[in-house]
Order: sequence, then C-alpha cells, then structure tokens
Amino acid sequence: MNIHEYQAKALLADFGVPVPKGGVAYGADHAVYVAAQLGGEHWAVKAQIHAGGRGKAGGVRLCRSHQEIAEAAGALLGKPLVTAQTGPSGQVVHRLYIEKALPFVRELYLGLVLDRKIERIRVVASAAGGMEIEEIAAQKPGSLLQIQVEPAVGLQRFQARELAFGLGLNQRQVEQTVIAIMGCYRALRDLDATMVEVNPLVVTQDDRVIALDAKMSFDDNALFRRPQIAEMRDPAEEDPREFEAAGLGLNFVSLAGDIGCIINGAGLAMATMDMIKYAGGEPANFLDVGGGASPERVASAFNLVLADRGVKAILVNIFAGINRCDWVAQGVVQAARGLRVPLVVRLAGTNVDEGRRILRDSGLPIITADTLADAAAKAVAAARSVA
Amino acid sequence: MSILIDESSRVIVQGFTGEKATFHAREMLAYGTNIVGGVTPGKGGQRHLDRPVFDTVKEAVKATDADVSLAFIPPPFAADGLMEAADAGLRLVCIITDGIPAQDMMTVKRYLLRYPRERRTTLVGPNCAGIISPGKAMLGIMPGHIYRRGNVGVVSRSGTLGYEAAAQLVALGLGITTSVGIGGDPINGSSFRDHMERFEKDPETAAVIMIGEIGGPQESEAAAWAREHMSKPVIGYVAGLTAPKGRRMGHAGAIISAAGDSATEKSELLRSFGLHVAPSAAELGATVAKVLASNGR
Repeated sequence: MNIHEYQAKALLADFGVPVPKGGVAYGADHAVYVAAQLGGEHWAVKAQIHAGGRGKAGGVRLCRSHQEIAEAAGALLGKPLVTAQTGPSGQVVHRLYIEKALPFVRELYLGLVLDRKIERIRVVASAAGGMEIEEIAAQKPGSLLQIQVEPAVGLQRFQARELAFGLGLNQRQVEQTVIAIMGCYRALRDLDATMVEVNPLVVTQDDRVIALDAKMSFDDNALFRRPQIAEMRDPAEEDPREFEAAGLGLNFVSLAGDIGCIINGAGLAMATMDMIKYAGGEPANFLDVGGGASPERVASAFNLVLADRGVKAILVNIFAGINRCDWVAQGVVQAARGLRVPLVVRLAGTNVDEGRRILRDSGLPIITADTLADAAAKAVAAARSVA
Repeated sequence: MSILIDESSRVIVQGFTGEKATFHAREMLAYGTNIVGGVTPGKGGQRHLDRPVFDTVKEAVKATDADVSLAFIPPPFAADGLMEAADAGLRLVCIITDGIPAQDMMTVKRYLLRYPRERRTTLVGPNCAGIISPGKAMLGIMPGHIYRRGNVGVVSRSGTLGYEAAAQLVALGLGITTSVGIGGDPINGSSFRDHMERFEKDPETAAVIMIGEIGGPQESEAAAWAREHMSKPVIGYVAGLTAPKGRRMGHAGAIISAAGDSATEKSELLRSFGLHVAPSAAELGATVAKVLASNGR
C-alpha cells in the first residue's frame, strides 16, 4: 500500500526526521489559508498523487504570493496529472500539500528498502539527489553508497555515519544526516514499511539536513497490526473495482483486454492470461478467487468482471484442490443465468466429473473445455464472435 | 527415492485443532501420511483425530520423535511458531499460511542461521500448497489423487500451477518423485535452488521442472546454479507474460519492480543458462516428455 507525501512526512517526523513546515489543502482558498498560517514569502504547492515524477510533470509549483498559490491550486486540483509513472491518462489531483519553500545548497538521495534478494533491509544513499534512483544507477553508479542491515541487531549508528561521511558532508551535516537515516530506518521497521525514499534530502546554507520529499510503501500483509497506516488508504488513488475487490477479499487487477478471467490461484491465473495472449486474445483482468471458491465468491467475481463493459467473453479456469469442482460448478451456474457474454469454463481436479455434469445439465449455453490450451482458444474464439 | 518427505517421515501439525488444519490433516491421513501428533498451545493433553495434542513443539518432538512439521498458523503468530519449530530441532517445517508480514519472515530466516548447518531446519513456504512425494506422503493442501509416482521433480511458486503440471505429466504417462511448493511470498523459507540441489542428488529423479513467475531473482539464480552443477535436465516456465509493471498479481511476491523481474526477461535468462523453457503453461508436461525422450529416459 502506498500513501501520500504529506502522510509520509508526518510519519517520518514522528521518528525524528526533519521535514519542512507544511499543511494539506483541498481547495484554492484552503491553500491560501494554509500558506498564511505557515507564514513566510515563498511556498511550494505540491500535487498529492501516489505516482512519482510530479516535479517534472508540473505538479510542484513555487509561489511568491497568495495570488500565485490560488492560481496554482486552481490549475492543479480536480485535473489529471500525467507523470512518467502514471500512465497516459494520468491521476486526478484531489489534495495539495503547501510547504514553506526551503532554500538549499545540496540535494542528496536516501532510500531504504526491504530487499527480497538479500532478505535484509538495504540503505542506499547518493550525493546525486533530485534524480530518480534509476537515473542515478544508470548515469552515476559510482555515487551510490549502500549498506545492509543485520536483522538481529538492526541498523547501527556507525553504518549511518559511514554513509553520511561517504556523501562528503561536514561534521555538523553528518550528525543531522545520521538522525535522518536512523529515523527513516525506525519508521520502516516499526511501521512495517517496505520502502522509504527521501529524494531529495537537502542540506541548507546553515547545515540543516531536511527531507524535502518523502515516499513510503507498506507491506499489505502487515496492515492487520498497523491500523494507523491502513486508515491512510486513499480510494481515489485506486481503480474502483480493485478497491471493491479488496473489500471482498479477492485479488483483482484491471487490464486493457476484453476476455474476463476468473481463476483459482495466482500462478494459474497468470498462466491462463498468458495462454489467452498466446491464443491471440487479450485478458481484461487478473482475478484469483482463492482456494475456497464458494458460490458467493464466484458471484462476486462475475459482478466484478462484468462491471467492465468492454468484456466480450468470460473464461473460468478452476483447478480444484481444497475446493471441489461440483461446488464451483453450482456457483458458476447460479452466476451465469442471464449472462450477456459467452462463458467458457474449464474445470479440473477434485470431483471434476460431477462438476462437468452440473454445467451440462444446467441448460445454459456454457462452453466447456478440458485443458488449459482448449479453454484459452475457445475464449478467444468466443470473444471474436461477439466483436 | 524422493526428496524432503517419504513414508518414514514422522509428521506433527502445528495449529492442529484449527478448522483448516483438521480438514487437511484428515486428507493427509487418508493419503497415508504418518501424522504422529499435533501442537496447539493450551490444548496439550487432549486428543485430536486420534492423535495426541501438545502445548509446545519440544514436548511433541520428545513424545513422538517427530522430524517434520506442517504449520497452519495464523499470520500474526506464524513467525513465532516457525522459530519454535526450528528450536525444537525439526528437520523440515512446511508452512501453508498466506499473509505473513515480510519483516517477520526476514526475522525467521535470520533466526534459522543461529543453528549449525547440520541441525538447521529446512523451511518450505509460506503461502504454498505444500510438498507431496506421491504414494509415500503428502504434507499440504493439494489434491493428492491427481499425482502419480514417477521420475520428474517439480518445484513451483504457485500451488495451482503445480497441480496443472502434475495433471499434464500424469496425462502423458509420466509421474513425480516429489513436488515442492516454495510459495508466492517475496521472502520464502527455501528457494528453487535449494530444492534443485536435492533433486540433483536424488537417484530416482531424472528431470526437474521449475515453475516460476514474475518478481524476484530466484528463477535466475537457480538457472545459473543449474548450468554449473546439474547433470539432470531442467525444464523452466515463468508465468506472468501479461502482467503489467508495478502491479502485484495475487501473490505478495509476484510484482515486476526491478530489471529482470518480468516473465519475458526471466524466460530469456533461463534459456541463456541452458534450461529448456516450456513455450506455454499448456506445454509443461509435453516439454518434460520431449526432454526425457531425447535423453533416452
């Protein structure tokens, strides 16, 4: 799960990471009010969307008057912001973060990630801040400093110090940077984050070290013990059907194709989608109904898939292990009555004969398939017959 | 032969008295798995499925001489239960549970390292379907009846795709020595490579099929290892050709977030390391059959 910049900064501040003064705003008047409360003469008006690359896309505006703040807010709010990470249709801006602008002399990069390859937390720093980490890795790989955290004892101050000295900072700046690194680490550990990125971490004229931007991602599997993080979920940032699916306990990802997929197991779901592509079609979604595909879950799955008006055929592929084919077949038959698109069903595994009999005896125009290849080919043919 | 489990394995079930554990323990008993007891803290002294229940794993091991555990422990308590099993000296622990926090798995993996290699627990899972050595023992939630004994080793991140491979092999008259589900999480107990090493040493296994998916470096690491150390052919497959970048596809670990994470890149890497790559998930069995035939097996 991802959160907004202003939320990440508030969390990091709780762990002692210095951040600029700022406030969230939902409208132009609100933005001016927040700026007046903050005081000062220069402000940054920052669009709050979960995608990165906001600065280059015009999502961060520097303003020198309340008038300019109102104009910037009007230009950003309610409109899609297209960045390198949003995709072509962009992401609509619903919230702004207003900060006192902060003059700085250096931009650094600081990133912490739970690295699956080394199965440890990795801390990365670079003196080439302000660029995306991928750009730094490609253009200035020599500037990348890395340390690994020993899980049994956690990040040690000497490790943070090594990074800070490695960045070429003076003694006072090093002390400040160690505070920022240790704070980010504790936030990642104590909040079950999988990633904390501060880019840039800036150094001011008077040797202060401050997180000018912040991004955090969290482990979905740990949200049960982090309710304060779960509450930060912003439905406006998510596909409405994916949000609904999550509420139903279904794994769903919306895609651009026209063949709806209802499958049990994430691996089989991906493989079936690949088979559709292999057979010349395009999947409309990823949907794992899970092990216990009860009639209620199957019905919810059909509703989710059919909410996409572009779907021209549905492919159900169930390899029954824990669940039984006859049980799944009953759910499919109930959900398939009055269906507006062709339905292809492939059942395998436990009680497969009984499951197939139920489909056959239903009197519904269900196209059955015996194998994965057969199912994909029939689904592609069915979608073409509609188009 | 087989790897990890066979008819001599003495199995306890952690979280024994829970609903899911009870259901699957019954299935495992019906399959012939030697379940010698179970653990549910607070229910020690009771009997369940005609087997003794213990409060702690150590007590269970002492009383039953168990060497293997199958864990059905809810996510908040899973790490604790796995460390308890490791400390009790079990040779093998397989955990089915989906939804364990990644940092908890990081802690568990680190904890296992405190034991010397010769008594270190092998952990399989989490978020997996388990392990089956057909005709000998079943340790998991798979439909046991679809498997047949044979000479192919199967190792898969996905449960249902492992079933799919088994069904295709059996339909072609082939069978399986052992099928291992390593699970769909980003940090798992054991990797493709760990089990490939075991299959290489197993005299009955003639070929190995590795069923991977998007995300993480484990398929490529195993393929690189196989090129140097495997005498037996390895057939690979990577699911998720149509998966968009940055989206989690059901499994916590199935996400394209770094270079080399996509199905296309991984398949190319597998090929470059000399593996036989199945062109699609529908040809898992056929590809194995072809490779075995060309090797005169």
